[in-house]
Amino acid sequence: MNEIQKQVVIVGGGPAGLAAAVALYDLGIKDLLIVEREKNLGGILRQCIHDGFGLTRFNESLSGPEYAKRFIDEVKNRNIPVITETTVLEITKDHVVRAASRHGLHTWRADAIVLSMGCRERTRGALQIPGERPAGVYTAGVAQSYINLYNTMVGKAVVILGSGDIGLIMARRLTLEGAKVLGVFEILPYPSGLERNVEQCLNDFGIPLYLSHTVTKIHGGHRIQGVTVSRVDYNRKPIPGSDTYYPCDTLVLSVGLIPENELSKMAGVELDIRTSGPVVDASYQTSTPGIFAAGNVLHVHDLVDYVSLEAERLAKGVMDYLVHSYVDDSNVKVIAGKGITYVLPQHIGKKHAPLLSMRVKCPGENVQIVVQQGEEVLVSVEFDEALPAEMIQIPLELDKIQNNNPLEVFVR
Amino acid sequence: MMKRMTCILCPNGCKLKVEVSDKEILSLVGAKCPKGQKFAHQEINNPHRNIATSVLVNGGELPLVSVRLTAPIPKNRIFDMMEEIKKTQCDAPVKSGQILIKNALDLGVDVVCTKEVEQEAR
Repeated sequence: MNEIQKQVVIVGGGPAGLAAAVALYDLGIKDLLIVEREKNLGGILRQCIHDGFGLTRFNESLSGPEYAKRFIDEVKNRNIPVITETTVLEITKDHVVRAASRHGLHTWRADAIVLSMGCRERTRGALQIPGERPAGVYTAGVAQSYINLYNTMVGKAVVILGSGDIGLIMARRLTLEGAKVLGVFEILPYPSGLERNVEQCLNDFGIPLYLSHTVTKIHGGHRIQGVTVSRVDYNRKPIPGSDTYYPCDTLVLSVGLIPENELSKMAGVELDIRTSGPVVDASYQTSTPGIFAAGNVLHVHDLVDYVSLEAERLAKGVMDYLVHSYVDDSNVKVIAGKGITYVLPQHIGKKHAPLLSMRVKCPGENVQIVVQQGEEVLVSVEFDEALPAEMIQIPLELDKIQNNNPLEVFVR
Repeated sequence: MMKRMTCILCPNGCKLKVEVSDKEILSLVGAKCPKGQKFAHQEINNPHRNIATSVLVNGGELPLVSVRLTAPIPKNRIFDMMEEIKKTQCDAPVKSGQILIKNALDLGVDVVCTKEVEQEAR
């Protein structure tokens, strides 16, 4: 099998991969290849036809395909090589990338690899909802691709479980296409999606949002006929006697996203149980030298604008590895403390100043987030409001770090 | 009268508290930027929204092209606009930015493609 040498192979041509490619090229790394399994570049943005993307980066409200096009055009302008309809099957520790397409098998050996595979949706199986196994149960992203890419309506009477952003967006989309959305049921006492999506996707259309509720049974033979919904207590346990039956022909699940790391595992990349993504240093290098990760494969983002920015920071790390033979010199661990779900990078070295990315565990007002080393407070930032739906980022200057003791990030 | 609303203009989603009298804003708190005032005014007097949907493509590599409006329209005209867009079809290839309906429903907005759809390969 012919092995083709490349400086950098980028696995996935979604927002992270595209931004990484453009940034690497502009830093002088030109021997690149983007490997994409779909026919077109753009990743999940292709089916996100609603607007609201790019407000941070471009200061205007773009649809998903338009946001993607900005980066695809940049890739085309630079003649960065792209291979589509090609699925990566394996990545090895020593940087061999194997992929399959209609034309056969491909093998590349790269100096560095960028993991930008994005994430996938949690499914019914992960929730273990009791009941029948009828048709008509979709994850929100699958329903979105049926409607927006394949012109196939999924149903007429819809129940949505989970208030993640895609679920909220789909509540509106289904309503616009003539379906009746009976309600969005969220097990937590607060919405999982952004506040503005609750407003413009549910409230605008009079779709009720039931907090502290979940689906406890799915009914139906061949096709779903209804669901039982129950109220839950503080421990998210269904309260007996609080059941309501909703007849429906469709159940849409918007119950979380999981970074897609099957390939990362093959390459020996260590994963963080909190993010389900790779453990990285401040240059986005994983535990396998020369393999880097950014975007939703690393941790699930709230906004695509931040995915692009993260991939651009990654490019600097890749550059430093390729040109200056930077090896991870991390000596300081970063720990998610009280009130913080996760924080990354998980460790920090002596060269790259980290941008700490994190999520809070529960909503709060006047929240103070503290970065502390031993007894020393390195940074403390006050937020009027902090929501689990929103990623929080805090930059940290390297010269503030005193010694090799772990850093703790926590809510005060 | 005190009104509470969530500004939808950006991902901040500011929670606004607006004191309203006779469709005029007496006071506003909670907005992180000046857009909040504008949004609240529009929301009290005549709420506007943009919509995104799809149009059928004949002979394209994809069956649909995604579209949106060039500007928001009154909220109560959203379903009229959906009906109007559903009547439309187009032929591949279509370009991102291509206008499919000019001045739709006389509301002064165009329906514009947001995606490129190539002709189907033969």
